[in-house]
Amino acid sequence: MSTPQDQTILVLLDRGPDGQLAASAAGLLAAAVALGTPVALIVGEDADALAERAAALGAARVLTAPGDQDALTVPAVDALQAAAGHVTPAAVIAAHSVEGREVAARFALRTGAALALDAVAVERDEEGIVARHAAYGGDYLVTSAATFGAPVITLREGSVDAPPPGDGAGGDIAPEVLDVTPSEAPAARVESVEPAREASDRPDLRSAAKVVSGGRGLGSAEQFALVEELADALGAAVGASRAAVDAGFVPASHQVGQTGVSVSPQLYVALGISGAIQHLAGMQTASTIVVINTDDKAPLFEIADFGVVGDVFTVVPQLIEALRSEGSS
Amino acid sequence: MRILVLAKPVPDTYGQRTLSLETGLADRDADVAVLDEISERALEVALAHAGDHDGTEVVVLAMAPQSLQASLRKALAMGAHDAVQVVDDALVGADAVLTAEVLAAAAQRTGFDLIVAGNASTDGSGGVVPAMIAERLGIACATSLSSASIADGEVRGERASDGATLTVCAALPAVISITEALPDPRMPNFKGIMAAKKKEIETLRLGDLGVEALPDDVARSIMVEASERPPREAGTIITDTGDAGTQLARFLVANRLA
Repeated sequence: MSTPQDQTILVLLDRGPDGQLAASAAGLLAAAVALGTPVALIVGEDADALAERAAALGAARVLTAPGDQDALTVPAVDALQAAAGHVTPAAVIAAHSVEGREVAARFALRTGAALALDAVAVERDEEGIVARHAAYGGDYLVTSAATFGAPVITLREGSVDAPPPGDGAGGDIAPEVLDVTPSEAPAARVESVEPAREASDRPDLRSAAKVVSGGRGLGSAEQFALVEELADALGAAVGASRAAVDAGFVPASHQVGQTGVSVSPQLYVALGISGAIQHLAGMQTASTIVVINTDDKAPLFEIADFGVVGDVFTVVPQLIEALRSEGSS
Repeated sequence: MRILVLAKPVPDTYGQRTLSLETGLADRDADVAVLDEISERALEVALAHAGDHDGTEVVVLAMAPQSLQASLRKALAMGAHDAVQVVDDALVGADAVLTAEVLAAAAQRTGFDLIVAGNASTDGSGGVVPAMIAERLGIACATSLSSASIADGEVRGERASDGATLTVCAALPAVISITEALPDPRMPNFKGIMAAKKKEIETLRLGDLGVEALPDDVARSIMVEASERPPREAGTIITDTGDAGTQLARFLVANRLA
């Protein structure tokens, strides 16, 4: 009988608009290592060039498939189906990204596999592989399992920590090119690709270890710069409440909450955010929560580890100053 | 042209939402159900197109318990011409794949040129059902659109993908899903509310659709455990008397968070 560690875990790796592996790759492979032997699948042009990187992140084998770049999603589903046929995995793991989750879901429907969505952890119990989910914005912890067969699991980005660099075996790995039979399922055509406009040196909101968010209390788009200043002083990503997005202070891509991005960082700093349930649902699983607000009745204070009742425009500059002198001392 | 809009009643996110710890399922008795805001936006896309194009029929489709029919009435009051509701006790606890199978079968039975849905619901937040409907029906699919234009024989839009915006085009029949970037939904007016009261909502059951909840050869995802997250313990709250910024910096440094 094979031990769990002999079992193959097939991992679909996303690629960014630059063609490189997406930031989620490290966490996906780390999650797979804990369940068995990770086999990575990389789809698209020049996928072979990324095999070494995938191996360094923990992949024991790397499968590649060229795929038609102009067809949306379908070529990756076909490749995943071919890969699963090739390695007979005990589970399939993909990122819960716009691309990853759709490929995983279509594959699950096509092959009759159980689908577990937006997991924050994957584990084994006595009966097999289970997925843990943070339901209703983290108010509840729910465990799901497949009725039988290999589950297909999408993993929330940033929920599994990547191993420290240099941990993976890495080195030479020969990518195996898959023989994919196209399903010829109709696909939308991609006419153009525009990399996200907001190029910045700040960490990505979804996977950042620290997040500084601003709300309506910032007052204007100009004054929202204070949030960015503190974020830069802490090396944090910039988030915002829905009210701040609706008021036009920042683009919608920064929205943290039920209808925006869900984050689970080590540190979450909320500036001028009252804490509507909508917002809590996107950030209450943060390890440490810091709140600054003039209104001492703001609901967010109830879950704060450290709260300051005060004006963000006096407290935050003093905080930045203190952090700078700390850094230089 | 017939546009099908997928509508989902969800627990209102402006209130506290409850999961039954016994079943791991939404507690419908405890929560107020509303039509999901993103479903309303999807309906707005269809209604706006119908307003400019005579002969466009808008039908809303939901898989939901009988008790949540009010959400479909609201969609009718906003201006949808017809509504179809799939109701079956065997669908309690349905996972995303079963939901997609049911909606795909109901869509096929109702007939459509285009299916419009929200990109992700506020309760399950899976964001995969539209893509799976396309997979099941063998039609093209363009999801997470932050703009959408419907023309003869095709639908085009900008897809907010991971780190990039893609311009995509799908030939009809197709499935699209839209994001919050699309315009706010209209409010139902008095005339719409009155008209909606008189409309009949077509009810379908699993037997009508030829879908099995638990076939032998298809695995399902089931909840095996559910627990409430322990409440966060109250932390330190200070009122700024001139040195709060410095105190906060000390807290961050002491906790290795600076």
